[in-house]
Amino acid sequence: MKQHPDNGTRTSLFMKIMTLLSAVIFITTAVTTVYSSENAISGGTEPQLLDSGPGPEKADRDSVASVEAFGKVYKVLMSPRCMNCHPAGDVPLQGDDSHLHTMLPKRGVDGKGVYAMKCSNCHQATNTPGLHTPPGNPKWHLPPADMKMVFEGRTPHQLAKQLVDPKQNGRKSMKKLLEHADDTLVLAGWNPGEGRTLPPMSHAEFKEAWTTWIKNGAYAPKP
Amino acid sequence: MIKLTINQKKHQVDVDPDTPLLWVLRDTLGLVGTKYGCGVAQCGACVVHLNGEAVRSCVTKVSRAAGQKVVTIEGLAARADHPLQKAWLELDVAQCGYCQSGQIMSAAVLLKENKNPTDADIDAAMAGNICRCGTYLRIRDAIRLAAEMQRNPSKG
Ligand code: FES
Ligand code: FES
Repeated sequence: MKQHPDNGTRTSLFMKIMTLLSAVIFITTAVTTVYSSENAISGGTEPQLLDSGPGPEKADRDSVASVEAFGKVYKVLMSPRCMNCHPAGDVPLQGDDSHLHTMLPKRGVDGKGVYAMKCSNCHQATNTPGLHTPPGNPKWHLPPADMKMVFEGRTPHQLAKQLVDPKQNGRKSMKKLLEHADDTLVLAGWNPGEGRTLPPMSHAEFKEAWTTWIKNGAYAPKP
Repeated sequence: MIKLTINQKKHQVDVDPDTPLLWVLRDTLGLVGTKYGCGVAQCGACVVHLNGEAVRSCVTKVSRAAGQKVVTIEGLAARADHPLQKAWLELDVAQCGYCQSGQIMSAAVLLKENKNPTDADIDAAMAGNICRCGTYLRIRDAIRLAAEMQRNPSKG
């Protein structure tokens, strides 16, 4: 059957539009699927937008790598060397079993203790030699009362969210958070004084995980 | 030579800078009111004031005190008449007495920073001072009495 020339033009136009439409639909579906499956794999929760500092660009983010790195970070932060000074209550913890600090020193307003029980009354600038002696650092303290930065009892999801929230992390920007890996009090965890176990990995390994977690978007693991 | 100011008197001592302040006080300078209990910051017998803070002299290197102001029980009050000392006598706090100079030096920081401490404040301040004779209740009463004397000197 012969087609009317006009009809032929209309048909080919119709075909072109349909092809274009299906292509658009295909691409949209594909992108959506990839995006949601990525979220499903990592369980990543986007961090809140953070204040100043070189926050990771959207394109550089990798939620899978970020969440995986946080797994390591979490192990270190929940080890006694870190968690003992981030207690849920107002008394620091002590020892590898994280018992309440004997003598029950209190946090105080600034985190440096109260009255005759200030941290630096016993904790010197350096470790005191011998077993069961006070470990040292020039700025030995707990987080202050108005921002307790609790680690004890936090799930990975809760801790990750808390760490990137300036209202809960000591008002730290992304840049400051990255730098915090080399804070002398953080480093003290790897020089804990005699008879105390070290965190479960080297400081270098921890710092790498910390940086990877943050630079890939500081995603929180699934709740 | 390390320069120290102890009880407002200047001293020069020829000791290793890592020597515990307690050793210098007791052995080098003969100020034996400050006691040695545990040597590892766990009992409070060795408390002295370093720039007004109740440091444990057994773990404080003498180098930390260099050029700073140290006060021991001997220098707490010129005539041993600090309200705490008076209250201690009045209530007969001491039993063997070994822990008491540390107790008083810790309590003195509490009363300097809090003129009217509650029992909870007293417990928080004194939790690190151990008394093997168990005089805790009298210590608490004496701190309350001393606080009152401090607020109304006529009562002393
Ligand atoms: S002797 Fe210093 S605290 Fe026990
Ligand atoms: S009075 Fe004996 S140890 Fe306190």
